[in-house]
Amino acid sequence: MTKMRAALVEQERPPCPNGIATSLAFAWRALLKIKYIPEQLLDVTFFPVMFTLMFTYLFGGALAGSTSQYLQFLIPGILVQTVVFTTVYTGVSLNDDISKGTFDRFRSLPIWSPSPLVGALIADTVRYMIASIIVIILGLILGFRPTGSILGIIAGIVLVLIFAFSLSWIFTVIGLILQTSKAVMGISMTLLFPVTFASNIFVDPATMPGWLRTAVNINPVSLLTTAVRALMGGHTAFTEIVWVLIASAVLMLIFSPITMYLYRNKH
Amino acid sequence: MNNDMDTNNQPLAIKATGLVKCFGKHRAVNGIDLAIPQGTVYGFLGPNGAGKTTTMKILATLLKPDEGQAKVMGHDLIKEADAVRSRVSLTGQFASVDEDLNGIENLILIARLMGYPSRSAKKRASEILEAFGLQDAAKRQVKKYSGGMRRRLDIAASMIVRPDLLFLDEPTTGLDPRSRNQIWDIVRALVSTGTTVLLSTQYLDEADQLADRIAVIDHGKIIAEGTSGELKASVGSGVLHVRLLDPSTRDRAQQLLSEALSAPVHLSSDPVALSAQLTRTKAASEALAALDANQIEVSQFSLGQPSLDEVFLTLTGKRADSEKQKEGAKS
Ligand SMILES: Nc1ncnc2c1ncn2[C@@H]1O[C@H](COP(=O)(O)OP(=O)(O)OP(=O)(O)O)[C@@H](O)[C@H]1O
Ligand SMILES: [Mg+2]
Repeated sequence: MTKMRAALVEQERPPCPNGIATSLAFAWRALLKIKYIPEQLLDVTFFPVMFTLMFTYLFGGALAGSTSQYLQFLIPGILVQTVVFTTVYTGVSLNDDISKGTFDRFRSLPIWSPSPLVGALIADTVRYMIASIIVIILGLILGFRPTGSILGIIAGIVLVLIFAFSLSWIFTVIGLILQTSKAVMGISMTLLFPVTFASNIFVDPATMPGWLRTAVNINPVSLLTTAVRALMGGHTAFTEIVWVLIASAVLMLIFSPITMYLYRNKH
Repeated sequence: MNNDMDTNNQPLAIKATGLVKCFGKHRAVNGIDLAIPQGTVYGFLGPNGAGKTTTMKILATLLKPDEGQAKVMGHDLIKEADAVRSRVSLTGQFASVDEDLNGIENLILIARLMGYPSRSAKKRASEILEAFGLQDAAKRQVKKYSGGMRRRLDIAASMIVRPDLLFLDEPTTGLDPRSRNQIWDIVRALVSTGTTVLLSTQYLDEADQLADRIAVIDHGKIIAEGTSGELKASVGSGVLHVRLLDPSTRDRAQQLLSEALSAPVHLSSDPVALSAQLTRTKAASEALAALDANQIEVSQFSLGQPSLDEVFLTLTGKRADSEKQKEGAKS
């Protein structure tokens, strides 16, 4: 008891931490989880491998003349698709955390209140980066030969990360509204499947019916895919990049305040 | 007199009036008033669903009350929520540590969140871990901790920076007697450093052991408040405890005792034990004589102060009765 007393008493209060420090502490926590649950990287790896192999070897020849030509078209799209699907885990893990009561403690701490969320999103961005690197390496092994420079490839990845970070806020909203992480997963996937398939990731929309083509062309996922293809192919699709940045900003502006509202009022 | 002081001019840790919290139509907290002096242990005693957790969450700024006001450590709960948060800590009913991380990582995280720079965060975390006797499990995932260890880690996390007011929501539910004693020692050590503790429990002996004052909560209301001595005294002069030799005679014994004492007789969970309030001590010998006359063999009996258990049963029992009477009067 005396030892315990000593440990409790002998201390000075540390200064109040700033929002950046606390966000980084939360990011550190989320990254530790990758160490303990490496399975969470499994989906990130498995998805792109499966899709790339399936589309390249099943449909590649028919869609683009040869599998190797199709790969040049497909890999930037697979990069977008993989990262976009990875954003779902942001909502799922947030929901898990909240249902376990861990967040009750965080919310009762005297910290900048969005920091648990911001920290989680920072860690998720690291996860998206890992996914991106896996896709690019896989592509290179299969025969993806980007004509753009290294800088172009990096710029493409960065653009994908920016979009994914903004998109994640939709899933934090879903993660805060729904009761179970299973439901979060289900709803999010249901939302994402049409958005990623009704895009130019797998096929050129030129042969689609007019109304669908219009929808596909204004789909931010298509714009992002076009921009990434261009960057990796050595040119800049300026209009698309601007539109992607606008879409990202709009997503953030709408969904981050909703997330914060729900987060503050969650019981 | 200052509003934040009690009648003896002690500063108050919590001053609340008319707290109400509704979930849909259900009033989980239904008008709670509190005045808890600093440096004391205050106990919330109540059955499942009484509103203990909800009240604590309101006072720890996790839930906004629908009605009522409160000052916690002198700060307004709603207008100065941040100031409140920097003075209090909550150890929730359900472990709020991260199961996937190990013990030390959990504490380092909290230390960093409380503002320790990376290196001193590690130092502080291991210091606290050792004080709580968890150093051997520092590198083990919390998932693999026993219930008692998890609970201690949870409280340890609240102690990284010693709060002025600690909310402990059912700290010993589900723990064995040894782990329970460890937690009680922690609470005592903590109080000796000047921290105020608001503790909720379903165990009457826990409230009896630790709390300076106790509020008995039921259906979102405080139905009795006082020291454990006062609560016991409010119930009656004493209690007769009887243990029978044969459990099958208990129903008959209950009937005989309630006739002899003209008071309700409580059957305890032990199948041979019963107890009843006494209005006068002499009634006890008459009651025992009645059992003897009916060939019911008694293995043991005692006269004692009512336990908080009986206080609770009497209080909640009375409440149910008076509600029934009200309904009866209406119809
Ligand atoms: N988030 C919520 N939504 C709806 N109802 C709730 C919610 N939280 C609590 N309640 C209800 O409010 C009432 C009080 O719950 P509370 O958790 O405060 O009780 P308690 O005294 O802590 O009980 P226990 O001893 O079981 O922990 C219960 O009837 C419960 O069902
Ligand atoms: Mg509770």
